[in-house]
Amino acid sequence: MRIAIASGKGGTGKTTVAVNLALALEDVQLLDCDVEEPNCNLFLGFELEPVEEVNCLVPEIDPDRCTLCRNCASFCKYNALVSLPKKILSFPSLCHGCGGCSLVCPAGAIEEKPEPIGVIKKAPCGSPLTFLCGTLNIGKAMATPVIRSLQNHIDESKPVIIDSPPGTACPVLEVMECADYCVLVTESTPFGFHDFLLALEAAKALNVPVGVVLNRDGLGDSRVEDFCRAEGIPVLLRIPDDRTIARLYSEGIPFVKEMPEWKKKFEHMFGTIKGLACKNTGVQ
Amino acid sequence: MRQLAIISGKGGCGKTTLTAAFSSLSENAALADCDVDASDLPLILKPQVINRENCPGLELASIDPNLCTGCSICREVCRFGAVLENFTINPYGCEGCAVCTVACPENAVSLVPRVSGQAVSSITRFGPMAHAKLDIGEEASGKLVNMVRKKAAELADQYCCKLILIDGPPGTGCPVMAAITGTDLVLVVSEPTVSGLHDLKRAVELTAHFKIPTVACINRYDINKKKSLEIEAFCREAGIPLLACLPYTDITTKAMVKEETVIEYAAHWMDSGAVEFANIVRKLWEEIEMRLSESFEKETCSRALKIRKS
Repeated sequence: MRIAIASGKGGTGKTTVAVNLALALEDVQLLDCDVEEPNCNLFLGFELEPVEEVNCLVPEIDPDRCTLCRNCASFCKYNALVSLPKKILSFPSLCHGCGGCSLVCPAGAIEEKPEPIGVIKKAPCGSPLTFLCGTLNIGKAMATPVIRSLQNHIDESKPVIIDSPPGTACPVLEVMECADYCVLVTESTPFGFHDFLLALEAAKALNVPVGVVLNRDGLGDSRVEDFCRAEGIPVLLRIPDDRTIARLYSEGIPFVKEMPEWKKKFEHMFGTIKGLACKNTGVQ
Repeated sequence: MRQLAIISGKGGCGKTTLTAAFSSLSENAALADCDVDASDLPLILKPQVINRENCPGLELASIDPNLCTGCSICREVCRFGAVLENFTINPYGCEGCAVCTVACPENAVSLVPRVSGQAVSSITRFGPMAHAKLDIGEEASGKLVNMVRKKAAELADQYCCKLILIDGPPGTGCPVMAAITGTDLVLVVSEPTVSGLHDLKRAVELTAHFKIPTVACINRYDINKKKSLEIEAFCREAGIPLLACLPYTDITTKAMVKEETVIEYAAHWMDSGAVEFANIVRKLWEEIEMRLSESFEKETCSRALKIRKS
């Protein structure tokens, strides 16, 4: 079973929920798919080992073969190839790796070479948690291939908890699409509610069942709860607006470690999710 | 015209709360909400929309079922897995690269335009505002940010504003770069957490790259004073003036629930904590205004020198 932890935007507590849930359970896999800003390990502190380099195929032009017909440059939708009077210039950082340029080149002058765009790392064997994370190299714009490669490492024999990227753009949909259940983390404030509706819209578009974790509960108002009640969306857990939890977060300590009573609450939440995901999608 | 951008390495640091507060303190500013993924400034400022414009995104492949013979060549050439088994297109997967259109032997695939979001011009109680909504699953957000900034500049011209206040997107990616290029000053909002300093460093790297004068403030500084000192030390070393340390408070949320800026909230509800907090924000704003006018003076001085020399 795959559980994606998402929210309409950053700073709502996705990583907190993902890490604490994973630590509260036994024998699960935790995946940090927020490849632009993978923060889970700040709270876990593993010595990560690289397991895979993620590449994008970018064009390399053989100037001896190139006839300067400009087919490639006019075909490229991402402006990764620009034709100059005597040369075709390529900008690998803009390339999406679609392979179109080599397809349309009549002279066979384009060869595709792998260019590293990110790396997959994992916690060493024998760690208390199976943890994997992907990191997008700085200056690269292609988060989705890194997320896809990371998902290839999913071990189907265990429950998987996935920390999603923020927002509602392509990378989040890539994660939600493969999930059996989506936990939306939010605060009950006007900003929180607004961003929650965006995330909900994305989950609905993909037909993934959702539940809500209310973070900083007690602050703000009841608008998220009222909405959830009316729409039949379960509120799975409430994390109060607690200074101790905020302080532990600021120090990079998962609060289940210092507040063991929370372990039970996360275990209970996992049980609820299992029941709900079964009912909705028929998975075990 | 001056431009101030408010950014932070990640979301949830208080950018929008501060931008909203500044909008109620500044006289004669236009606003640009460049967080097009999750635009929250309108929730406080209640804009009245005067104009909307679609932002074109990447195109989308479309297969004509009458021409398609089901040969699967499009599925083989698509590197994004966007052609589904029944020969329809998954819009969230398709990157509009057009490879399928040239590969299809039946000419059954074409590209159709797609809208990635809307840029909106509005009027608020504190002046004109440009904002946007990015559609679900779309990614051309840098483009939409540029559109918002263009609209804000037009509004500023139209309403004779001397300043544009930009609420930046989170992160350090393409949309942030689009939000800060050409601005006169950047305020980085930081937090004393394990990721806070890391995110601040990345944001400062970015502003240094674009050679934009940068100032910083720490939000919720008292949640971890040790980390706050680390941030302070970094700022000192990097030559970034640290203009304010804002305390951990529920005032910002209370004001948000009332759909008011913290400045308005303090004035309306006579809450002593709120007044104190509003005063810290006011002082921060005065510091920023001073720096904005300083750089303005510097600029006019150097211009005057140039004229004299020529």
